Amino acid sequence: MRHLSRRIGFYLVALWASVTLNFLIPRLTPGNPAGSMMARLHGRVSPQSLHALEIAFGITHDPLWSQYLQYLNNLLHGDLGISITYYPTPVAAVIAQEIPWTLMLVGVSLVISFVLGTLLGVLVAWRRNSTLDSLFSPLFTFFSAIPYFWLALILLYILGYLLNWFPINGGYDTTTTVPELSPDFIWSAFQHGILPAFTIVISSIAGWLLGMRNAMITTLSEDYVLMAEAKGLSQRRIMFAYAARNAILPNITSFALSLGFVVSGALLTEIVFSYPGIGYALYQAVENLDYALLQGLFLIIAIAVLGANFLADLIYVALDPRVRLERN
Amino acid sequence: MSIPSFEVNLPSSETSEFSSQVHRLRDMWRLVTLNRKVAFGLGILVFFVLVAIFGPIILTKDPNAFSPDILSPPSATHWLGTTQTGQDVFLQVVVGTRVSLLLGFITGLVATIISVVVGLAGGYFGGVIDDVLSMVTNVFLVLPGLPLAIVLAAFLPYKGPLTIGFVTVITGWSWGARVLRSQTLSMRSREFVEASKASGESSMRIIFFEILPNEIAIVAAELLGTIIYAILAETGLEYLGLGDVTTVSWGTMFYWAGNNDAILLGAWWWILPPGLCIAVLGAGLAFINFGIDEIANPRLRKEPGPKVDKISKTREVAA
Repeated sequence: MRHLSRRIGFYLVALWASVTLNFLIPRLTPGNPAGSMMARLHGRVSPQSLHALEIAFGITHDPLWSQYLQYLNNLLHGDLGISITYYPTPVAAVIAQEIPWTLMLVGVSLVISFVLGTLLGVLVAWRRNSTLDSLFSPLFTFFSAIPYFWLALILLYILGYLLNWFPINGGYDTTTTVPELSPDFIWSAFQHGILPAFTIVISSIAGWLLGMRNAMITTLSEDYVLMAEAKGLSQRRIMFAYAARNAILPNITSFALSLGFVVSGALLTEIVFSYPGIGYALYQAVENLDYALLQGLFLIIAIAVLGANFLADLIYVALDPRVRLERN
Repeated sequence: MSIPSFEVNLPSSETSEFSSQVHRLRDMWRLVTLNRKVAFGLGILVFFVLVAIFGPIILTKDPNAFSPDILSPPSATHWLGTTQTGQDVFLQVVVGTRVSLLLGFITGLVATIISVVVGLAGGYFGGVIDDVLSMVTNVFLVLPGLPLAIVLAAFLPYKGPLTIGFVTVITGWSWGARVLRSQTLSMRSREFVEASKASGESSMRIIFFEILPNEIAIVAAELLGTIIYAILAETGLEYLGLGDVTTVSWGTMFYWAGNNDAILLGAWWWILPPGLCIAVLGAGLAFINFGIDEIANPRLRKEPGPKVDKISKTREVAA
């Protein structure tokens, strides 16, 4: 219990640090975002409307600390400001609209990649030094070093542009369907999702495979595996119930951590495929100097990562009795 | 990494410091070259370093120079084709190697130095110093790296290698610090550290000359991992146009290719080379890393243990 409250305390501090960084970065950097935006508008709008805009975007000339309190107060009320890119939609609404796309795409790809990679890792470790191992391990090492947006570009070129198997951008066919729960829309969204999902799976599967392989090799040399073998248990049972079961702990922890990166994990892939979602919104925000949106997105991503870290802590305590015993 | 066979062979006391150093180096060299992964990775690394050093000296033409050959596929005059403004892709890749490599290696090195200092100081001193350093490390660890890098790079007014490097260092040092701290924690109470303390050595000396050499394998792995991260992160940031887009590097090549819809124009030769370079270089570094893992942890080595052998035999019979 004491451990838990300490961790919660830590995450609160980390959350505060993220929020404060988020507040400070735009205000302490010389390139004042508000100023640059106002400079772009100067001469084009009347001083009155300029003033109105300043109020709308929350630009004040108050001292820093009072701005900070105002910022925290706004955050607590879920007010993240107004997006310039999607003016006059509030940032919170933009995020709410974009996040389901990211969650679906990256969430599904993460699960596929985790399950496939872990299973392959078990097999490769079990058949160590076989052709399977000597082929897969270097191949996936190579995959892990590929910049994933580049892989996305290549797949887009071959499968989308040359072979025309998949649509090359967007989240759904905007000419024939609208976002609704109809079979047409779901089919279209599915078609558009395959290529980005495939990219994410290919570029992330190596981590799961190699992690599982190395952990498996360590457990395979444990005495209880030898014992299981001496008892004459079936190969499958030794492989999964004895070796893999004990080796999977680090992978499960990483899985919990990855859940946090589901929100931010496919930034560049989304950008390459012009796929709606948090990554694409972030790109738009950078392109349009939309600082309110940029900050809002970063905040959401930070919260997701912190939440996932906390989840990983909890899972670890629940799964590994040694951690529990040590702590009590 | 201690080398047992050598420790045993140490001739009584006559050997000079110098020749024992030579022996040690030779043993290291043997270990490194015997491991196929390390040798393979080193080969790739050396190749790219040579290109980075000599490429721009041999090819002195301006990589940004326009030419009338627009979007021409690879040919005898343009080995890797040309861009939409007629720039030679091969020239750009070779010249860009120096920028990308230098940026990746320097940021990787700086980030690793920070993690060594923070991790070792925290682990060695303990107490309040450790509490504060661990807290800072953990906060940076849970901050989302790439998004933070994008936000930072977008806000900093000066766009260029310095910004990109700074952002990558900020987001890349914390993991190594955590690993090194826990390792130092377990070193702190070892006898050789106690002995140095008793003989009155300064804390600085103990940390950097007694403890650090014992963690050099971890530091090396950390360095390689951080360099891979740095190169990937920098390419990503430059691709988004957050770097100096007039410098020629692998990342900015992507930026221009993306901006000019190279994919839709079918100009695969524009996108393929820089990405392939990054992937091959990254794989080379990863291979060295895995090799070091194998040298440090014999269980991961290829030599089949008798037990594993037996399992596979039983399975073959069963199958």
